[in-house]
Amino acid sequence: MADRLLRSREMILAVAIGAMILLISLRFPAFAEPANLGRVFNDTAILVMLALGQMAVILTKSIDLSVAANLALNGMVVAMLNSAFPGIPIPALILLAILLGAALGAVNGLMVWKLDIPPIVATLGTLTIYRGLIFVVSGGAWVNAHEMSPAFKDLPRAALGLPALSWIALGVIGLAWLLYTRTATGRAFHAVGGNANAAVYAGIDTGRTRFAAYVLSGAIAGLCGYLWVARYAVAYVDIAGGFELDVIAACVIGGVSIAGGIGSVAGAVLGALFLGVIKNALPVVNISPFWQLAISGSAIIIAVAFNARAERRKGRVILRTAEHRA
Amino acid sequence: MKLWKSLLAGAAAAVALAAAPLATTAANAADQTRIALVVKGLGIGFFEAANKGAEEAAKELGDVEIIYTGPTDTTAEGQIEVINALIAQKVDAIAISANDKDALVPALKKAMDRGITVISWDSGVAPEGRAMQLNPSSTPLIGNMIIKLAADNLPDGGDVAVLSASATATNQNAWIAAMKQVMPNYPNINLVATVYGDDLSDKSYREAQGLMQSYPDLKAIIAPTSVGIVAAAQAVEDAGKVGEINVTGLGLPSEMAGHVESGASKSFAIWNPIDLGYSATMIAYNLAKGKATAEPGAEIPMGRMGSVKLDENTEGAMADPFVYDKSNIEQFKSIF
Repeated sequence: MADRLLRSREMILAVAIGAMILLISLRFPAFAEPANLGRVFNDTAILVMLALGQMAVILTKSIDLSVAANLALNGMVVAMLNSAFPGIPIPALILLAILLGAALGAVNGLMVWKLDIPPIVATLGTLTIYRGLIFVVSGGAWVNAHEMSPAFKDLPRAALGLPALSWIALGVIGLAWLLYTRTATGRAFHAVGGNANAAVYAGIDTGRTRFAAYVLSGAIAGLCGYLWVARYAVAYVDIAGGFELDVIAACVIGGVSIAGGIGSVAGAVLGALFLGVIKNALPVVNISPFWQLAISGSAIIIAVAFNARAERRKGRVILRTAEHRA
Repeated sequence: MKLWKSLLAGAAAAVALAAAPLATTAANAADQTRIALVVKGLGIGFFEAANKGAEEAAKELGDVEIIYTGPTDTTAEGQIEVINALIAQKVDAIAISANDKDALVPALKKAMDRGITVISWDSGVAPEGRAMQLNPSSTPLIGNMIIKLAADNLPDGGDVAVLSASATATNQNAWIAAMKQVMPNYPNINLVATVYGDDLSDKSYREAQGLMQSYPDLKAIIAPTSVGIVAAAQAVEDAGKVGEINVTGLGLPSEMAGHVESGASKSFAIWNPIDLGYSATMIAYNLAKGKATAEPGAEIPMGRMGSVKLDENTEGAMADPFVYDKSNIEQFKSIF
């Protein structure tokens, strides 16, 4: 048991993150201070949450490329509402963002479920559509810091030991853990991606499960839309441009198999933190921006190569030997 | 395909209809110099402000009528329609901010052949399509301005850092190079780092945080990019370093108003669209009246803005970028 735990992907990733922090602190000692690590976690909170939503989709052997566009569209909508009607209470805006995000996710889900469009194509389409919609609703204009109400901007910053943004992320991690390990839906995500035929025989509706995964990913993107806009105190068409790739990279680094069926909450969280540490370390260790891009990319490829090796299916080998025996 | 054609035909008809009332109003003002201010698109705050400046110049000159026009979408095709309509109205001068450097050249050439004075401003046209181009500012002026903004608030000197867009952004790199050239004029100011936020708000924010951590004595962050300056100001506010670190550079008043109010940014700069519209009108008037000629080395007066000196490409720079601070941000934040 202890041996398995030590050799698990999550453990290796945690050790890698620890080693990385140690290395960085050799060059920039203040990096390893608890206050700074808290800041890194806070900065990575949105990536962590999105990765947990994306994980549901990837587990079912699909992909959601539209998360960042969904986030940006929701962020723009709540920011515009807040600037036009500062009286709307913030919890109502957050609820609206989650519902709207879920609805946008449901559009993806329906296309994959009912129209049988390949996930990568469906969400590539909605990525562009949602980005375009931001332009349509905003007319290309920015919503700026002075147009947002103070309550709107302050919520993610409200501090109870940690900023509220971090607490929200911790809450989402807890809920995700419950969902993925303790509910039938969560197990169904694994089952559908692991072996769709077996899942059908077990009485799982694969289409509906995929749909649920997209709705979950969309709802989390909606929540993050508000958090993003409030945190950076600005909303414009291009916010979080290209962020979907970070989210997918976080999942993959965390050992969520692109082929579906494999992945854990701890893995996705650690994968996101791995990227978060790199992103926050690069500005302080004083490396040329061109090298920064190369380093981020190499880290992803190394992690994926590592996972691919660890992931080699043992199932088929067993079947083949079983055939030989028969 | 068919749909596209009918759509295009519809759009052309709409432009023609929109231009028709202009033609009738123009007929009764034969003794006036009619200057058309053609903008990239109607309904854009920046250009509405430029029109305000043009009207100011018209009032000052007395015998000028401004025709403020442009397409409803920011396309070169739309501008060509507008130019053709203006040629038909026989305006005296066209001052245009172009949606495309080259596509407008044939239409503008036709205008010049009919004796209409054509200049471009803000966004230029290729030299063969205009008499001169008025740039809002120039690389050396901008480079000097961004370091001056930081230095003016640091009487005792100190460390400053630059937060740029991407490492390959041509504009930003030219401005930063120009800034470094004039650094010797500010002996107490010490440039400690140049970092790149790629014009992404999250990366710019993180880079600003990194600067504050790496350089505890940092006194100013100079961000010559509108995404970067907003993100840096927010990072300074969140770090509780308002008053310690001043964020400055190039930004838009509407986007920076909140951060000027919070004190994170004491001042920043960008061209002033009112002055730009004013100067373009003055130049167009002087050229149309034959009071000046547009040739390399020429100096063309532009009223209260002084005069513009043309280089070998018959381009000129209007002025230093305009500085916005607590005293005028309220006035400009609703303009652009």
